[in-house]
Amino acid sequence: MGKTLFEKIWDEHVVADLGGGASLLHVDRHYLHELCISRGFPTLHERGLPVRNPDLTFATPDHVISSAPGRTGGAFPWSIKVMDTMRIETAKAGIRLFDIDQDGQGILHVIGPELGLTLPGTTVICGDSHTCTNGALGALAFGIGISEVVHILATQTIVQRKPKTMRANLEGTMARGVYSKDLILALIGKIGAAGGAGHAIEYAGSAVRALDLEARMTLCNLSIELGSKTGMVAPDEKTYAYVKGRRFAPAGAQYDAAVAHWKTLATDADAKFDAEVSLQVSGLPPQITWGTSPEDVIGVDGRIPEPGHVSKSDALAYMGLKAGDRIAGTKVDRVFIGSCTNSRVSDLRIAAEVARGRKVAKHVEAWIVPGSVGVKKEAEAEGLHEVFLAAGFQWREPGCSMCVGVNEEWAAPKARCVSTSNRNFVGRQGPEVRTHLASPAMAAAAAIAGEIADVRQFMS
Amino acid sequence: MEKFTTLTAIAAYYPRANVDTDLIIRVERCAKVEKGGLGKYAFEMARFLPDGSDNPEFPLNNGPFRQARILVGNINFGCGSSREMAVWAIAGMGIRCVIAPSFGEIFFGNCFQNGLLPVILPQATVEKIGAALEADPANAKLTVDLERQVVVAPDKSEHAFAIEPLRKKALLEGLDEIGLTRLREAEIAAFQQKDRLKRPWVYV
Ligand code: SF4
Repeated sequence: MGKTLFEKIWDEHVVADLGGGASLLHVDRHYLHELCISRGFPTLHERGLPVRNPDLTFATPDHVISSAPGRTGGAFPWSIKVMDTMRIETAKAGIRLFDIDQDGQGILHVIGPELGLTLPGTTVICGDSHTCTNGALGALAFGIGISEVVHILATQTIVQRKPKTMRANLEGTMARGVYSKDLILALIGKIGAAGGAGHAIEYAGSAVRALDLEARMTLCNLSIELGSKTGMVAPDEKTYAYVKGRRFAPAGAQYDAAVAHWKTLATDADAKFDAEVSLQVSGLPPQITWGTSPEDVIGVDGRIPEPGHVSKSDALAYMGLKAGDRIAGTKVDRVFIGSCTNSRVSDLRIAAEVARGRKVAKHVEAWIVPGSVGVKKEAEAEGLHEVFLAAGFQWREPGCSMCVGVNEEWAAPKARCVSTSNRNFVGRQGPEVRTHLASPAMAAAAAIAGEIADVRQFMS
Repeated sequence: MEKFTTLTAIAAYYPRANVDTDLIIRVERCAKVEKGGLGKYAFEMARFLPDGSDNPEFPLNNGPFRQARILVGNINFGCGSSREMAVWAIAGMGIRCVIAPSFGEIFFGNCFQNGLLPVILPQATVEKIGAALEADPANAKLTVDLERQVVVAPDKSEHAFAIEPLRKKALLEGLDEIGLTRLREAEIAAFQQKDRLKRPWVYV
């Protein structure tokens, strides 16, 4: 029987079979953000262990740094200390650091692909659950906790149990105003926030093939919101073209050899998945969440559903919404366009298209936070920042920012925020803040309308 | 790592579905608070009212449940962020075992790294145990026997659970994963030597 993409990559990385279903896997790429370093390195030192492969370890600050224009680092004494620790530890260990204002700084899951570090067929591991984003290139990428970060630093390997496999078949053609963010939100709505639990997901089907690489990253990014640690897309011509010429990507004869290898990775025709799910994307409207789990999602033309479970009535109360009401027309206070889900240049182009020649509603504070220094430069070269600034958006510095607010970039209690990020959890964007997840187009439309609005009305 | 063998203790039921790790511990606590100090911030948004007083709606704030060492939850417990501080925070409250119908995968793995046992039981069983705990707080004790792989409910009924052998052994003996892997250094070096020839582009 044939093998899936996932199984091929897994098998190629087994260093040892540990028995009982556990394997020791080689880690090709280990990404570190500043909190992995400040939390992980003390344990490493306590045990007197060196970093085994600094050459395969890469670091950048994204979580605690400020996104304020003109920032110099953290905004608080504690975050300045975290940044200092990051610089000292990476220098001592000989780990490449992409520091503030340097080419390469940005959200880890944006810079991994951008720098050509994330490659098809590699294992990409990081102490951050959205590492699954990197699966868009056909990599086996997943997030881990701090203990495992230390394990990788010390051994360049990780102990894993093989998950089951699931194929998500997305078929059809997306309508205008609909993006990969809508597809993945709709899939989470359909199979639930635990629908992919215990499975490695492969996204397949005509709708996935049609997506460019950045849109595939958005798709894979929300795999963890399906309860799955990892999601991936088989590499194809678009992938090889995307990788070519990037800073750390193979070049010349080595590129050709790599592509030849990558071409063997796609799932075999006779491979079997443990589970198959599907979504018809033709006719799907733009999506928006109404509750406190990404599975609480409806079309923007829909009504808020009746809560079927006590957790859902809690969610409605938290969100200040009523079952039966239309979601469109709900007044918003904040808009956040950014995060490892939707902060790449293609996302910013989509938002700019909606914002061009329009104005952000007076009562709305709207932020654009590019995903990396590279994205920011490219967007500025295209003049996108001018479109946003003219419309009244803030144009900020790269980082996680309001996605998680480690650096207290929060909205006010009870404020309503349309966000292009990935988690609408209670308190995620600040205590009592009400988050609605949507695409960059929908977020830009909400900023301009001052309420949740159907972006299709903004398109000619 | 602290061993886990058998635990008989007060168990509290928190029936909320999809309890995410942001709810378990706020991210700025993860960044700022030392490992040993996280317990008092566990579930803070659900556990305390905005004025800082105890929220009576939060199960672990009530009577004997304050001493709970076992937490019974609902589906997808610990979903979301990879933050291991969620486990540290729960452990900091005194919890050594979480029983639920399903778990967030990264949280599940993080539990084992910290000597905390996550137990998966069928949803109907979890709900029945949870209801029994709520109905009779004075008798809200469970026994979790890792060696025999059973949970003993207040009515003495036994519920078997599965656990992967390597993880069971590590918990029972308090083994350390990094130490074990370092014994395989020769295998790791041999893998890399071969792989450098096969996939040179990986080694930048
Ligand atoms: S942008 Fe948000 S989800 Fe992505 S890595 Fe940063 S905090 Fe995590």
